[in-house]
This record gives sequence, structure tokens and C-alpha cells, in this order.
Amino acid sequence: MADALVQVRDVHKVYRRGAESIDVLKGLDLDVAEGEFLALMGPSGSGKTTLLNLLGGLDTPTRGHVLVAGEDLGRASRRQLARWRARHVGFVFQFYNLLPVLTAARNVELPLLLTGLSRAERAKHVATALELVGLTDRADHYPRELSGGQEQRVGIARAVVNDPTLLLCDEPTGDLDRDTAEEILDLLIGLNERYGKTIIMVTHDPLAAERARRVLHLDKGALVEAATA
Amino acid sequence: MKFFHLVWRNLLRRKVRTTFTFLSIVVAFFLFGLLMAIRNGFGAGVEIAGEHRLLTTHKVSIIQLLPIRYQAEIRSTPGVAAVTHSSWFGGVYQDPKNFFAQFAVDPGPYLAMYPEYVLSPGEKERWLATRTGAVAGRKLAERFGWQVGDRIPIQPTFWRPASGPDTYEFELVGIYTGASPDVDETSFFFRHDYLMERVGDIGQVGWYIVEVEDPSRADEVAQAIDARFANSAAETKTTTERAFMRSFAEQVGNTGAILMAIVAIVFFVILLIVGNTMAQSVRERTSELGVLKTLGFTDRAVLGLVLAEAVLLAAGGGIVGLALIVLVVPGLEPMVQAFLPVFRVPTPALGLGLGLAVLLGLASGGLPAWLAQRLEITEALRRR
Repeated sequence: MADALVQVRDVHKVYRRGAESIDVLKGLDLDVAEGEFLALMGPSGSGKTTLLNLLGGLDTPTRGHVLVAGEDLGRASRRQLARWRARHVGFVFQFYNLLPVLTAARNVELPLLLTGLSRAERAKHVATALELVGLTDRADHYPRELSGGQEQRVGIARAVVNDPTLLLCDEPTGDLDRDTAEEILDLLIGLNERYGKTIIMVTHDPLAAERARRVLHLDKGALVEAATA
Repeated sequence: MKFFHLVWRNLLRRKVRTTFTFLSIVVAFFLFGLLMAIRNGFGAGVEIAGEHRLLTTHKVSIIQLLPIRYQAEIRSTPGVAAVTHSSWFGGVYQDPKNFFAQFAVDPGPYLAMYPEYVLSPGEKERWLATRTGAVAGRKLAERFGWQVGDRIPIQPTFWRPASGPDTYEFELVGIYTGASPDVDETSFFFRHDYLMERVGDIGQVGWYIVEVEDPSRADEVAQAIDARFANSAAETKTTTERAFMRSFAEQVGNTGAILMAIVAIVFFVILLIVGNTMAQSVRERTSELGVLKTLGFTDRAVLGLVLAEAVLLAAGGGIVGLALIVLVVPGLEPMVQAFLPVFRVPTPALGLGLGLAVLLGLASGGLPAWLAQRLEITEALRRR
């Protein structure tokens, strides 16, 4: 996979708790092509979220290389990583992680505050993103006024508003009922198929994983390819 | 400015807590302004007292009188440019509660010595022509509703008339204003020759005001004056007017230092209150800060957001507190006028207050902001 958007090479991640060392990822290799929709499954503690954090530049590997769009994330400073995230990555969280003090539109606007866009341009992008997730009429609602599914839609709008290279989803349906989870998965598939977004989704849910084009299992820090959609 | 909404909404996250903290800051800066006005009142005389003026008083006490003949001797002392005198009257207008300072002076030389007391040429002329004439400061005249031409009866306490009615009746011939805001506008001046006429010419004055030719030689001139009257029945003590006013202002202790100590304590307490508010505010939204960092906010940006919140809270409270005291001071002025002739919040104190408000914000938000800056994203996201 010569043109892989994401290249993970011999990545180790070791956490130290006092004298104890915990090897969460052990020499992991992974390629993810541009436009792919990959599901990462595995039991708790298998290292799924750790891998996602490394791919999103939230953490750095103890050893090995994580390259996204040619950028070696392990060599970047905290400041460089922050700027890189702002430009290239959209995050979708299990518990939505919207700021309760901001309306849906203001939450979606957050990543755009880090760009040089004018207020009017930001408003236009926010409107587009909310339209994409079908929540134009909820723009001025606070998170407490939205259902779980609507909150997650706002979370997805926030993740895509700056047109990121990579969309990372950590259990995006983990806090939702089946029907709402399906709606969210439909939305993600739409983003992948219609807009070519590269999506890596961590999930416990086999039904959610089935919707991805490729499913990988992480077990004890190593990857096992399970199936291809 | 694009982050203002985020900062503002975070401040309003806990409205009750923010409101109480804000009110604490308002009260602190209101108190600061009040103490600055009091301090300014105590120091006003010192600030406007000229270095080129000396005060010659009786060596024993300012309440001891000095012979009028000293005037010519002082005038002949080398380095002296002009001499005039003043005497404390201490009378009662209608009621002892209506206290204000009254001085018997020689109008022409006195006004020449104190150009900061501004009278119109017409008023000055009338005063020079009217032996029972008196002039009052603008605030004093406003306090009692006096108009030029009013007759003002004042009951003496120790300058008892030798004959005639016991009351001194003055004709208000002018209302003076201060050349600057810190000039006392609450005093009452009348003519020394009228005083002497009423008490019988005892040939005495309260103290002398001496203008020196060269302020840098003030000490030398002061010593020469005191040497001239050494071993006489009325020995003198001569100091610069500024030193005199300072020692007078500090009779009850170093008021400036006492007031500043109170201000320091108030600000220390407020620092703890605001610091606690900010620390709580940051602690309870650790995961949100983690989300911001995940979205690409740099450590420095997060630091800036927390600091901006603290500064906005402190500066907002500071501005409101200072604005309130500026509005309230004119209302308080008549109540304290008898003791603090100049009662206003000086402009530099307002500037200092604003600076302190920003500093308070930076100091109280400093530690929480630093902790927010250092927050690890993966750790922050785990906290819900």
C-alpha cells in the first residue's frame, strides 16, 4: 500500500506506572489508504484507544513511527501536533464531548476559531456542517437541549467542519440506542462514500464494525485482520 | 476577539459563583477607591504644599501665638522673599457640628503667598476694601448655601472680643476656588486686622508663612529664622510647609501606610477568593480543556483562555468597583468635608486600580492556567 494515508511502523507504546511497565502496543504495523473506512475492534485494554490517540497525534509512540499524510507524528513537538490536529484530524467521541456552555453552532465553530477565517466565513462553514448532519434547525440549541443522537451529530459536524484529512471515531455509537447508532453509522458511511473521508473507527459493537469496509482486531497490542466489507 | 464568546460563556458557567466572586471584587475595588480617596485627603495638603514655603510656628506648640513684630525680623532674614501670617480662629457656626477651618489672615500678602486659592479680581478688591469681609471655599459655600453678600455670624471659642457683641459677623465678599483639584476648598478666611480690632490689639499671630528665594536653601533659611529668636520668650520652629503638613497629617500615625496595609490585606483575600474560583472552574472542566486541545488548541492557547477568563472577571469587577466609588464619592464628600477637605479618588489611583485589577486576574488565574496548559490530553479526556 504505497500511497497509504496512514502508515504505522513497528510502533510500541509502553506505559509506566511506578516500577511497572505495561506494553500496550507491541511492534504494530498498519496502513490505511486514503478514502478507507476502517473499524478497529478488540477487548478492553487491547490498545484500540491508544492506537487511535497515536494516529490523532494526541500521544506519541514509545518506539516506531506513525506517519499521517507524510508527517511523522512522533517527531513533532506538542505545539506542532496541536496545529497538525487542527488542520488534519476530526475527532468523534463516544460521549460527544460538546462544550455545554456553547450552542450547537458555537461547538461546531470551535475548530474554525484556530483558522484565519472571518466570522462570516466561519458561519457559512458551520451552517454547511450542520446541514450535512441534518441539524440546521438545532443550531442555537445547547447540548442539554439535544438528544444523544443529535449531540453526536453535532460532534460529527464539529469533526468535519474544517474538512480534515482523517476522521477518528472513538466508540461513536457506544452511548446510543440501536436505531440512533444506525443513523450515526449511516452518516459516517455517507461521509466516507460521498465525500471520500478517511475514517478510522474504534468500536466494541460488531454491528457497527460490519458497516466499515475493513475490520481489524487488536489483541494484546497486535493487529489481526478480520474481514473486508 | 473571536475567542471572547468562549471566554464569556465559560465565565457564566456557574452564574451564582461567578456573581459572588464578581461582587467580592467590586467591593474590594470600591474599598480600594474609598481608601485612596481618604489617603488623598490626608495627603492633599502635603502634595500641594510648596517646597518654597516655610512655616514658622511657636517652638512649644502651634497653638502658642507669636508676636506680630517677628514679621519684619523674618522678612529681613537673608534668603526670605516674602512673609505673611495666619491665625487659627476655631469658631462655631450655628452648631459645633458645623465644623470648618477658619483663619485670620492679611488678605493681600496671603493671596500672593497662596496663588492656588483663586479669587476674581473684583472679589479680591472687595475683600481688601471690607474690614469685616471674608472669603469661603467653593465647597464650604455650597455646604451651607452661602452666597456672596451673606452675613455669616461665627461664635468665637477663644478669641473672645474685648468689647461689643460676642459674635463675629462677617460679610462674605468672595468664594474662592482651587487652582487644582487637590486644593482645599472648605476653608474660611477673614482679615486679621478685624480680629485684632475685636480682641484688642494684642499684636499676635498664629504662625508665619515664609517664602524663600531659593528652595534649595530652605533649611538654611529656616535655621537662620529660628536662630534669630533663640532664647527669646517665644522661640520658633521653622520647617518647610510640606514637612509641616506631613507631620500634621501623620499625627494619628502614618495614615498612608495604614491605609495601604488595609488595601494589601483586602487584595490578598480577594486573590484567594478569585484564585479559588478559577481553580474550581478549571478543575471541573478538565475534560473540556482536553477536548479543546484535541481540536487543535495549543497549550498556550488554553493558558490564554483561562487567563483571559480570570482577567475579564477581575478587570470587570475592578472597573465596576472603581466606577461606583467615583459615583459615590461626591455624595460622601459633604459628610467628611470637615475632616477631609479634599475628598476625591485621584486619577492616578484609578489607573493604579485598573492595573491592580489586571494583575489580580493574572495572579489568580496564573496557577490554574498553568495547570491547564500542562494538562495531558489523554489524561484529561479520561476525566468526566
